[in-house]
Formats: sequence, C-alpha cells, structure tokens
Amino acid sequence: MGSRSSHAAVIPDVDSIRRETGFSQASLVRLHHRFRALDRNKKGYLSRMDLQQIGALAVNPLGDRIIESFFPNGSQQVDFPGFVRVLAHFRPVEDEDTDQDPKKPEPLNSRRNKLHYAFQLYDLDRDGKISRHEMLQVLRLMVGVQVTEEQLENIADRTVQEADEDGDGAVSFLEFAKSLEKMDVEQKMSIRILK
Amino acid sequence: MEGAELAGKILSTWLTLVLGFILLPSVFGVSLGISEIYMKILVKTLEWATIRIEKGAPKEATLKNSASVGIIQRDESPMEKGLSGLRGRDFELSDVFYFSKKGLEAIVEDEVTQRFSSEELVSWNLLTRTNVNFHYISLRLTMVWVLGVIVRYCVLLPLRVTLAFIGISLLVIGTTLVGQLPDSSLKNWLSELVHLTCCRICVRALSGTIHYHNKQYRPQKGGICVANHTSPIDVLILTTDGCYAMVGQVHGGLMGIIQRAMVKACPHVWFERSEMKDRHLVTKRLKEHIADKKKLPILIFPEGTCINNTSVMMFKKGSFEIGGTIHPVAIKYNPQFGDAFWNSSKYNMVSYLLRMMTSWAIVCDVWYMPPMTREEGEDAVQFANRVKSAIAIQGGLTELPWDGGLKRAKVKDTFKEEQQKNYSKMIVGNGSLN
Repeated sequence: MGSRSSHAAVIPDVDSIRRETGFSQASLVRLHHRFRALDRNKKGYLSRMDLQQIGALAVNPLGDRIIESFFPNGSQQVDFPGFVRVLAHFRPVEDEDTDQDPKKPEPLNSRRNKLHYAFQLYDLDRDGKISRHEMLQVLRLMVGVQVTEEQLENIADRTVQEADEDGDGAVSFLEFAKSLEKMDVEQKMSIRILK
Repeated sequence: MEGAELAGKILSTWLTLVLGFILLPSVFGVSLGISEIYMKILVKTLEWATIRIEKGAPKEATLKNSASVGIIQRDESPMEKGLSGLRGRDFELSDVFYFSKKGLEAIVEDEVTQRFSSEELVSWNLLTRTNVNFHYISLRLTMVWVLGVIVRYCVLLPLRVTLAFIGISLLVIGTTLVGQLPDSSLKNWLSELVHLTCCRICVRALSGTIHYHNKQYRPQKGGICVANHTSPIDVLILTTDGCYAMVGQVHGGLMGIIQRAMVKACPHVWFERSEMKDRHLVTKRLKEHIADKKKLPILIFPEGTCINNTSVMMFKKGSFEIGGTIHPVAIKYNPQFGDAFWNSSKYNMVSYLLRMMTSWAIVCDVWYMPPMTREEGEDAVQFANRVKSAIAIQGGLTELPWDGGLKRAKVKDTFKEEQQKNYSKMIVGNGSLN
C-alpha cells in the first residue's frame, strides 16, 4: 500500500476538512492513505480511470453513476477534499450531530443529504427532477440485458406515478424524500470506519 | 604495469576462491555450510535491530496492522437480504441505497489493489527500501545499517554478479554442447546435470535459502506442475530441485539466447507470440508433451501474473483443461530477508534483479503436494479452484477469486452481468409485475 507515513500533518487543510465532513482525525488519515493508494501515478488527484480500476466497483451495476458522483460540474479530477466530501455522505449519524447549531450548515451525513446523494444517482442531467426517461436509463444500468424494454417501461411508469404528487410526470427531490419517509435511510446508507 | 599485475592477481585469487567454495560444490549438490553461517549471523543482527527499534519507538496507537485488518465494518449479507425483500418483490426507489453503499465500500477498501504492492513488514530489516515507517532511532542502529549497506553493495553484490554471470554462461554453453549429442539416456542425464548445476549457481547468486518440504510428492514425468507466482525467480527455485519442461513465449535478447540453448538439451515448449493466441494449438502441443511419459513435467503458473505473495488469485482454467495429473506446489517467501515480489509496473527486469542481488537473502519454503486429478462431473473452473484452495491453505496465503489480470486490464463485464442477473430476478422474477 505504498508509504505508511500518512500522519495528519501530511494532509493539507486537515482542520477545515474535519469541520466540513465530521470525520475524525484517525479516519481522515486512513482515507488519505487510501486516496494515495488509488492514485497510481502519484498525480495528487484521482481521475475516473483510477476509480474504474477498482474491481468491486466496476462490477457494481451502478458503478458508473457512483464514479460520476465524484466529478460534479463536469470536472475531470477529484482531489482529496472532494473525495472525502462524497464519502462523508455515508458517515454514520451520531448523537453529537443531531443537536446542531441552526446557524451552521447541515452536516453532510444528515438524512436529507444522504437522500440527496441517492437522488443524484438517478438525476442524470442534474436538473433537480427525475424524469421517466432518466428512471428508465438508471433501471437499465441495474438490470443490464436481463429485462425487456416493455417490462422496464412498466416498472418506470409505476414508480414515477407512485412518487409523483404534482402530476408533472417527474419526481422532484421533495417527492423523492416523501416517498422514502418511512425508510431507515441513516442505517442503509452508512459505512462505519473502524478505529 | 604493476597495477595491472596486481589487479590480475586479485582477480585470479578471487576466481579460484569462488570456484572452490561455490562452483564445485554446486556440481555435486553439496553445501559447505557457508550460507548457513551467513544466515545465522543475519538473523541475530536483525533480531538485535528489532529490539532496538521497539525500545526506541514511541508508543503511538498503531496503524501498523492496518494492512491486514479491514478498516470498515462490512455487512457481507447477500443481495437479497441487503435489499430487504423476498424474491419477486417490485423495484423500489430505495434499491439504489444498497448498490451505492456497496460501491462506496469498495472505494474505501477493496481486496485486490493491495495485492499488487509489496507486503509491508512489521519490523524493519535494515534495508532502506522497506523503511517506510521507521525513523532515526539511535546512532548504533544507523551504524549497523551503514555497515549493512557496505556489505551488501561492496561485498555481496560483486560476488553475486560474478556468480550469475558464470551461471548463465555455463547454462548456455553446457546446454549447447549437450544438445550436440544424439538422443540417449546419457544425454538426458547430462542435460539434467547441467541444468541443476547452473540453477544451483544462480540460486547462490541470490543467496537463496530454500527449504523443500514433502519431497516425496515431487512432480513426476508426464505430469503438470502448477504453483503460485510471485516473481521470475520462482522458476529458478523450482528447477533447483528437479528438472521441468517450461512453457512460455519466445523472447528476444538474452532470454531468447537462453531459451534457444535450453531447448537443444531437453524439450521445453516455447511458443511464438502469434501461436500463443491460438488456444487450441497451445492445448494440443501441451497434450502431446505430457502424453510422452519420458518427457519432463511441465511447469505452469496459472495466475498468469506476479502477485505479492500474500494471496493466491484466480487460476486460469486453460492449464486445467489439458488433462493429466496436476502436481500442486506452494511457494512462500520470507519477506524479512528480501522482498522477492516483482512489481512489473514499477521495476523492469534489470532493476528488479539488482534489487534482488542487494537484498540480504532470498529465503523461501516450497511445499510439494499430493497429485490431484479432475474428478467426474467437475469442470475445469471448479478443478482450478480446488487446486487453488489447496495451494493457498498449504502456503498460508489468502484466497481471492479475482483475476490477476486486473492489475492491467479492467474487469470483465461478465462479473457485472451476474450482479445484474441477480437483481433482475428479484424485481421481475416470478413475473409479479402489473
């Protein structure tokens, strides 16, 4: 795994990253270590190809969408703060996060932000709505060639209809969040980093 | 003139010493015990160094064992449980949670990437190349390290280079000479002698100490020997204890010369680059080879690439389709004395060999295992996995289902299709759609 000398001092801006993401010092050191292991040519940032090399990610049906989530706004590189920002969405919710100062921005791992991350995976053109067409495309990613076009259209239609409240034929973020209000999002979208 | 004479005298004394102490015993397969004494001194020195380091190191909470322990809490339940539903339930918007979680888990930690870099040591072995986490401890330790550098580069390196040179030249000359003889048992005996002698010389060129276990299971003629692959030296290690027919591509340059010479003395199976692509041709030639019971066992490394000796990756099924008896062999290097893994993306062959020759020693264990054959109703892939498990257990390595080729190429789409199939069955399955 390359050099082990990832002490916190080596990570640039470690304090601001810690405030923004809520990760502990130890977790950040581990993640920095991992970032450097993935950065094969020691460029200092990750490209899409670096992430595609991960076998377990490449076989994930939503692998491409997940990789895209690291490159918002059409960028081609992701640096360490950007890398950790995405991972912060999956930080488990701890009690200390719940009584937050209302003036501070919402933590990245709040329920709303976790839902927003999932919403983004569907919203291909980032317009804030999941259209029927986008739903179809993401479904196609998940099932590959195993399901016929007709069956898939049925599923997409049903799903959009169930969630769509204002009848505009697309699912907005609020409608998305409402349809999942009973779901234990905090538990399903959390990855616990062992100390 | 005096300078040249002196140099000449030194050179000749040097060569006589080398001849007497190393070359001649190699011919007879006898050891004079010099390497054993060297190893004992080395072990004592490293133990001393470890104690000094432990005394000096601050008691910080260790990230030291992070290489072997997972860093995230994993939930290895299958897709059905993870999507919390019974078979045949419909698609939900929340299904994406499962896949995204699995994807992010893979980004934080995956089991393959770490296998293509050298294993990290728990304590320093006085080689700078493995010094990743150890700071200045004491003057005495640094002095010992400097002494070590001098010994390795000024004493051991020239000796080893000389031996390597002699070994390879002898191999080429010897096999060419033997190749002139007509086919007979004398020729076979002589070719074995030449091979073994030169291999022993080359092993000494690396200060190799090899322990062979279970010699009664050594691969027999007409069989196929499979082993896990860590470096090109694996070949050397195995051929020191027996002769094998090798399989591989014809290379140019020095390797090509060696290959062409070797094939004159005993039938190895070398393929042209174009022939390698034709799998049927390859299988056919190998089948022909093992059908002839007088020919030497074939040596194959089914992983297809070098792995860092902490795990065994997918065995390619090609070697297991040929038929015949498989003799598995497990090779495990001891990283304390020198790291034998060849990271071909980081080092080319020459710098790799130089690193080998400036390490303390190459110490490894070789376990021969009882022969295995394909059972009824078992296909090549299952057989390959069975052999792989046996080798992993014997060598104390972990087993991974991934293809070693992931180092260079992207993973095959067939694996993704499997996941897609599983998922489709869940949401479409019994046709419970409206």
